[in-house]
Amino acid sequence: MTVRKNQATLTVDEKKRFVDAVLELKRSGRYDDFVRTHNEFIMSDTDTGERTGHRSPSFLPWHRRFLLDFEQALQSVDSSVALPYWDWSTDRTLRASLWAPDFLGGTGRSSDGRVMDGPFAASAGNWPMNVRVDGRTFLRRSLGTGVRELPTRAEVESVLSISTYDMEPYNSAADGFRNNLEGWRGVNLHNRVHVWVGGQMGTGVSPNDPVFWLHHAYVDKLWAEWQSRHPDAGYVPTGGTADVVDLNETMKPWNDVRPADLLDHTKFYTFDS
Amino acid sequence: MPDISRRRALTAAAALAATATAATVVAPAATAADHEHPMPMPQPPGHFDEVYKGRRIQGRPMSGGGHHHEHGGGFEVLVDGVQLHVMRNADGTWISVVSHYAPVATPRAAARAAVDELQGAPLLPFPAN
Repeated sequence: MTVRKNQATLTVDEKKRFVDAVLELKRSGRYDDFVRTHNEFIMSDTDTGERTGHRSPSFLPWHRRFLLDFEQALQSVDSSVALPYWDWSTDRTLRASLWAPDFLGGTGRSSDGRVMDGPFAASAGNWPMNVRVDGRTFLRRSLGTGVRELPTRAEVESVLSISTYDMEPYNSAADGFRNNLEGWRGVNLHNRVHVWVGGQMGTGVSPNDPVFWLHHAYVDKLWAEWQSRHPDAGYVPTGGTADVVDLNETMKPWNDVRPADLLDHTKFYTFDS
Repeated sequence: MPDISRRRALTAAAALAATATAATVVAPAATAADHEHPMPMPQPPGHFDEVYKGRRIQGRPMSGGGHHHEHGGGFEVLVDGVQLHVMRNADGTWISVVSHYAPVATPRAAARAAVDELQGAPLLPFPAN
C-alpha cells in the first residue's frame, strides 16, 4: 500500500528516487501529457458553463484522480515511490528543505525568474518547458513575491471547520469548504500557494513545476482531514445539476470514475499521519 | 477530432498576421512612449488599446463568436497581437492563463498582469502546443 509522507521527513534516498522517477517521466514524454491535460481543463472550466477540474465541487476528486494517475506513472518507473506532500502552513520559508538542491531546487534569480539549482534547473538539461504559454523554456519561480505569506495553520483550521462541503452556485462564488480550500473565497489556501511559488506555478501550465504534485497532495490530505472532522457531511451536489459533476456522475477526461469512487482515499493510499 | 489541428493552424496563422500588423502599427508609438506610462486611446466602454511597458495590449469584444475557447464573456485580450486566454469569474473579476490563480478587477488589469509576468517574453497562441 502506498504511504504518502510529509516531504520534510523524506530520507535522502527517498528524495533521489522521487526526483529520478519524475525525470524519467519527463524524458519519456509522459510528464508533459499531465501538463497538457491540466491546462486544457484550466482553460475550459468556467463559472457559467461546464466545470470539472476547477472552480467546482469536483475540484477535489478530480485532482485526487489526477494525482493517482501521476503517482501510478511514477510507480511504473520505481515502485517504491509515493507522492510526498508539502504542508505549506508549516514549511513556509525559502529555507525549507523542500527547496534545497537535492530536492526541488530553490527560487528563481531576480532578473528573469530562472531556477538556477537543483535537478529541475534548465542548466541541468533535464527539464525543458515543452507545454508552455509563452516563449520561455526554463523553469521559473519567485517564491514569496506574488504574495508574501503562505497560509498559516490557523487559517487552515478555519477552513477545516466549515461543515458544508460545497454550496450553490457550485462555482468560484460559492461558500463552503471546497471553495474556501480552493481559494476563490475567504482566507485563500490553494490558490494563494500557486501565487506564492510564482513562475509556471502561477499559470495554467502549473504542473511544469514538480512542486505542483506536493502542493496538491497536501490539498488532498486536507480534504481527508475535513472528512474525518465532519463524518456526516458528504460530497454535494448529489444529482441533477447542470454543468456540475454530481456525486454519481462520471468525470472527464476518464469518463469511468465518479466522485463517489474517490471519496475514500484509503482504497488507494494512506498518509504517514 | 481532426478539426483540432486545423483550428490550431488557423489560430496560429491569425496570430502571426495580427502580430505583424501590431508590430507595424505600434513601433513608432513604442519608441516614443515612456515604457512605464500606458497611453490610453479613446475607445468604447470596456475596450482598451494601450502601450504598457513597451507592449501593445488590447481588449475588445470577440469577433465571430461561438469559439470553443471563448470564456471571457465574449471579450478578448491581445498582447502584441497574440490572444491571451482570459476568463471572467462569477464575481466579475478576471484571470488569464499566465496568472490563473490571482483574480484582478478588469480585463485591462489582467493584460497588464500578463505583461508583468511575461518580462518581455512573447506570448504563444493557445492552446499551448
